[in-house]
Amino acid sequence: MQRVGVFVCWCGSNIAGTVDVQAVSEALKNEPGVVFSANYQYMCSQAGQDMIKQAIIEHKLTGIVVCSCSPRMHEATFRKTAQAAGINPYMVEIANIREQCSWVHKEMEIGTEKAIILGRAAIAKVNLNAPLTPGESPVTKRALVIGGGIAGIQTALDIADAGFCVDIVEKKPTIGGKMAQLDKTFPTLDCAACILTPKMVDVAQHEKIRIFSYSEVEEVGGFVGNFDVKIRKHARYVNEDICTGCGDCVSKCPMKKVPNEFNLGMDNRSAIYIPFAQAVPKVATIDPNACNMIKNGKCGLCARVCAAGAIDYTQQDEIIEEKYGAIVVATGFNPISMDQFDEFAYNQSKDVITSLEFERLTNAAGPSAGKLLRPSDGKHPQTIVFVQCVGSRCDACAEKGKEYCSKICCMYTAKHAMLTRDKYPDTDVYVFYIDVRTPGKNFDEFYRRAVEEYGVHYIKGMVGKVTPQGDKLKVQASDLLANKQLHIDADLVVLAAAIEPDASARPLATMLTASMDTNDFFTEAHPKLRPVESPTAGVFLSGACQGPKDIPETVSQAGAAAAKVIGLLAKDKLQGNPCVASANEMMCNGCSSCERVCPYGAITYENKEFRMPNRTTAIRRVASVNPAVCQGCGACTVACPSGAMDLRGFANKQIMAEVDAICK
Amino acid sequence: MQMSEYKPLIVAFCCNWCSYAGADLAGNNRLAYPADVKIIRVPCSCRVNPMFILRAFQRGADGVILCGCHPGDCHYTSGNYFTRRRMALLFSMLDFLGIERERTRVEWVSAAEGAKFAATMNDFVATVAALGENKRLEDLRCKR
Amino acid sequence: MSKEYLRDDIIRSSGVNPKKCMKCGKCSGTCPAYDEMEYHPHQFVSMVETGDIEPLMASKGLYRCLTCFACVDRCPRGVEPAKLVEAVRLAVIRQQGANHLSAETVAAFSDDETPQQLLVSAFRKYSK
Repeated sequence: MQRVGVFVCWCGSNIAGTVDVQAVSEALKNEPGVVFSANYQYMCSQAGQDMIKQAIIEHKLTGIVVCSCSPRMHEATFRKTAQAAGINPYMVEIANIREQCSWVHKEMEIGTEKAIILGRAAIAKVNLNAPLTPGESPVTKRALVIGGGIAGIQTALDIADAGFCVDIVEKKPTIGGKMAQLDKTFPTLDCAACILTPKMVDVAQHEKIRIFSYSEVEEVGGFVGNFDVKIRKHARYVNEDICTGCGDCVSKCPMKKVPNEFNLGMDNRSAIYIPFAQAVPKVATIDPNACNMIKNGKCGLCARVCAAGAIDYTQQDEIIEEKYGAIVVATGFNPISMDQFDEFAYNQSKDVITSLEFERLTNAAGPSAGKLLRPSDGKHPQTIVFVQCVGSRCDACAEKGKEYCSKICCMYTAKHAMLTRDKYPDTDVYVFYIDVRTPGKNFDEFYRRAVEEYGVHYIKGMVGKVTPQGDKLKVQASDLLANKQLHIDADLVVLAAAIEPDASARPLATMLTASMDTNDFFTEAHPKLRPVESPTAGVFLSGACQGPKDIPETVSQAGAAAAKVIGLLAKDKLQGNPCVASANEMMCNGCSSCERVCPYGAITYENKEFRMPNRTTAIRRVASVNPAVCQGCGACTVACPSGAMDLRGFANKQIMAEVDAICK
Repeated sequence: MQMSEYKPLIVAFCCNWCSYAGADLAGNNRLAYPADVKIIRVPCSCRVNPMFILRAFQRGADGVILCGCHPGDCHYTSGNYFTRRRMALLFSMLDFLGIERERTRVEWVSAAEGAKFAATMNDFVATVAALGENKRLEDLRCKR
Repeated sequence: MSKEYLRDDIIRSSGVNPKKCMKCGKCSGTCPAYDEMEYHPHQFVSMVETGDIEPLMASKGLYRCLTCFACVDRCPRGVEPAKLVEAVRLAVIRQQGANHLSAETVAAFSDDETPQQLLVSAFRKYSK
């Protein structure tokens, strides 16, 4: 039996004005378990707290009930008081007789009566309280960043600069991501490579950062502070440590007809390749699907020309196992496929391109060495039509496209249009828009400059149809403001394709038990207040894997994610919330109901040996809650059909006791 | 009128993150509601087992109201969606047993909605008071 | 007939929700009969939404729509303007109670000159 002390606070006249505190402390004296009851002017004051401590020691109290203000206000205070007096801080219950009693009721009689009932409920609960100790788990002081684009790079640099080890896993042969493919960046028009490649070099040279390029995460186990991750390092058939990146093999390789994915297939590369000049790590990679030596053993030229002897045709995939304290997802985005948008003739004409292809066309390192030339005939286009919102803002019921706004297209289209007019003032540039959305610092000014200074024709309306005819593209569109249908003979049509999360995000989310929305974007723990954390503890989000965003936003989110990771890794031990679920193994029937409702993936199943009658044992599948991951919502307790799940601190019996006390 | 003078016993389950804070805000703003409402704090509305509600009725409560975060705002991401489904089932079962639908309610009250909390409680108490005493589910052995 | 009644009737019979329209104009951009119509597809949708059905019913352009369904296919919001055109045509026909064809009268029209297909389609059209 508990020895409960009751402390009724006057809160000056806040409580005492409507509640007869003397009567309350008298009435509660006779409740079961109560051995001491007192009232005082300000319980939270030093004198009040001393009074509580003294009573705990004098009367050998095992639990206390404070009838005072909201637990959201002073629960922590009184828990500390209890701890200082030597009892478990979770043996404290608060009866909220201020916010939920004295302040909302006016008559003394009614207020007193309710305060007694609330006190009684708290006493009933504290009688069933058990001392709780927060679980502790060690923290592995190393972070994993999945994705080596600008988001991953920035996160990794920020974490590493704080002194923690970081590994970057990138599935491509080089880090850099989409930003490495861009030409200029809005709204300041600095060249993407000029601001990105120094960061890539920083990453490569940072002693705290390891890069696993051409690698993918294969398996994730464990939980916050203690993730066990298996990384598959694909065989690149080149010894990374020896290769100097001289490029002799690339120029000698006879197989030169492989579509170059870095230039989105607009030119070709060889079977052994370095994606681009500033690649990090700058080592060659053999494409096993194109290399004759790997496919049928006939060639071997690259091995002969390699002065360093780095080529190794027998290399196998390597599995790396490592422990991490935190994982940052930075898997990024891709433009959607244009296959379903036949009306724009993307698959019929080489001169209908996506905006990312346009970036490559205008990039000095691109297939046309920076000259804006038509992919079909290499001529300079005189009339260029930009189409916005291709596949963005579509109806959910429509079979193609995405429901959301892709956010970056308005700005990059303004950039493309502006740069085209700047370099080639003789071209006519049309931009068809539904709305121009430019919220952001200096963004609208940028768009206005495209219109006012560079003379880009912005037309409110949509392109309905593009028909290749001869060497022209017949563009049929509407001009809603002039109420006219336009027919433009264009030389180049650029489609602002919607962006979608990378295809690797979905299987990764399953591995991490991180939740996703219907569009496969990772969901954040709170849409406003915890935007860089996943609901799964220890998993953080950086960049476009969480939603469409531009570079400035990505970088700031990457920094925010890094700050959260540093905050986690700076701790030696993680102290959990002790109010977590736990399964009664004797009652659990292993049905998985709880596992399915757990939003955090905190529940796993294990086969345990149980003693059975007649000295036999049996192996049963039972639920086991990881207290480091459980956040204590209690969804599983209700889902459990056998009543095996219970929540510490808010146990079934405790809440029932409160109900009973109120309804007595 | 006999009925309207009846003082019902109302049990309110409030989630710690939104509705309990909303109730606190109602207090801070001194927005009055009847003392018949007694609040029990739970971590999330999904912690409320239908058994708790049945227990309250058995012990003589006249109405039970369950308050949680607005859909989509749950502190635990999805808890209130479970609540919504579970309570839909429970309430239809209570309906089948002949318990007036008005005696039970689920309401979404955010931490900023003190006024909504008070208004909801005023309305709920008036509704239950008009229905009078809960006789059908009350266990007479537990009678006050 | 009130404006609202007409509008609700059109919306009901077409099954189209004009509120889904985001006014991008792709329907008008895609329409092959655009220049023939005094009210273009995107205007058609917004006029149905505001309830200006009568000018639509009176317009010549109503019958210039080819019912090619290009606008239906390409609308990003799934609004289906062509179905609205069809519904307005139907509303016109319904108001012309006088030209209703009944089965008994059809026989009188049949002669060797008139193609049978015409009769079938006329009967289908004027018996609604």
